[in-house]
Amino acid sequence: MSQWKNFSKGFFKENAVFVLFLGLCPTLGVTTSAINGMGMGLATTFVLVMSNLVVSLVKSQIPDKVRIPSFIVIIASFVTMVELLMQAYVPALFEQLGLFIPLIVVNCIVLGRAEAFASKNNVFSSIIDGFGMGLGFAMALTILGGVREILGSGTIFGLNLHLFPLDADGNPTTMIVFVLAPGAFIALGYLIVLINKINKKSAK
Amino acid sequence: MDYLIIIISAIFVNNIVLAQFLGICPFIGVSSKVETSAGMAGAVTFVMVIATIVTYLLQKYVLEAFGIAFMQTITFILVIAALVQLVEIILKKVSPTLYQALGIFLPLITTNCAVLGVAILAVQKDYNLMESVVFAVSNAIGFGLALIVFAGLREQMDLVNIPKGMKGVPIAFLVAGLLALAFMGFAGLV
Repeated sequence: MSQWKNFSKGFFKENAVFVLFLGLCPTLGVTTSAINGMGMGLATTFVLVMSNLVVSLVKSQIPDKVRIPSFIVIIASFVTMVELLMQAYVPALFEQLGLFIPLIVVNCIVLGRAEAFASKNNVFSSIIDGFGMGLGFAMALTILGGVREILGSGTIFGLNLHLFPLDADGNPTTMIVFVLAPGAFIALGYLIVLINKINKKSAK
Repeated sequence: MDYLIIIISAIFVNNIVLAQFLGICPFIGVSSKVETSAGMAGAVTFVMVIATIVTYLLQKYVLEAFGIAFMQTITFILVIAALVQLVEIILKKVSPTLYQALGIFLPLITTNCAVLGVAILAVQKDYNLMESVVFAVSNAIGFGLALIVFAGLREQMDLVNIPKGMKGVPIAFLVAGLLALAFMGFAGLV
């Protein structure tokens, strides 16, 4: 497999969210706006790349029986790093994402890639794989966050689009349900239908 | 009274699956039959309560006592992973029937973010031990409720005519959305 294919598979063909349905908790939980989705996606990408790197470096040293706990410790260390870094440099975003930052540890994508890819491939391929899957995940979260932000708040990346008519008090009459919990499920459902359609077309 | 607020808020108002988005993977993955959902709910309840107690004690008497609270994520996930293994071994010996019923779900629970999420939330909310236990039990009930109701709906969905592109996961998400919408009706309760 060429490195380009290895990198690009994470975006459409094996997109973690839209095709494999992995990492759904943060996907639904943090995507009330495009910027939140992107922040979460990039934080996960960092953990994914670093854990893939370390796992592929030490794969021959770890006995087969304890490999899952070892992977979890490696992943948890990088998650703690991200937690501390974000708390120091982007406190506002850290506040917004809240509980979902430590929960990167149980994101099935990270452990899944460590187990399915990094423990079997060389360091360079593993890093590329981490970047591809991570950025694909970030893309999915940004798209979902963008859709929800546009419909629910009438803005994108905080930029007002003036899409919705104003009510008597001068507030835009947006579809608030999309920034609330139900909207997350509904928006993701329709997005999956759309991505399936695109994937089917490109396969033909 | 405080306990009642914790219970109602965890089960209905801030339902762990439908409002807080924790434990979505099993929610979508294992919820095609009511029976398996009930099994999963049972296993999660078991692990969630024990994990919350153990992590609470660890947080209080080890992490905070030694000023190493930043190790929370690593410690908690290791505790949960070890606990799941332990529960599996003990169940196998003590109650083979229960092990048969819960067996296949136990390994899946390590990566169920609801368990880690509830453990961290209980610490964040500054609950005491008793409140943490009540919080864990109510969240587990909330998880089970959402899972079983959703499984019931999905069983019905096998019988209806669904547009081809929507079959499977997409329609499940839409139904989950409607269910979440219904649960929003509880919003004013607490």
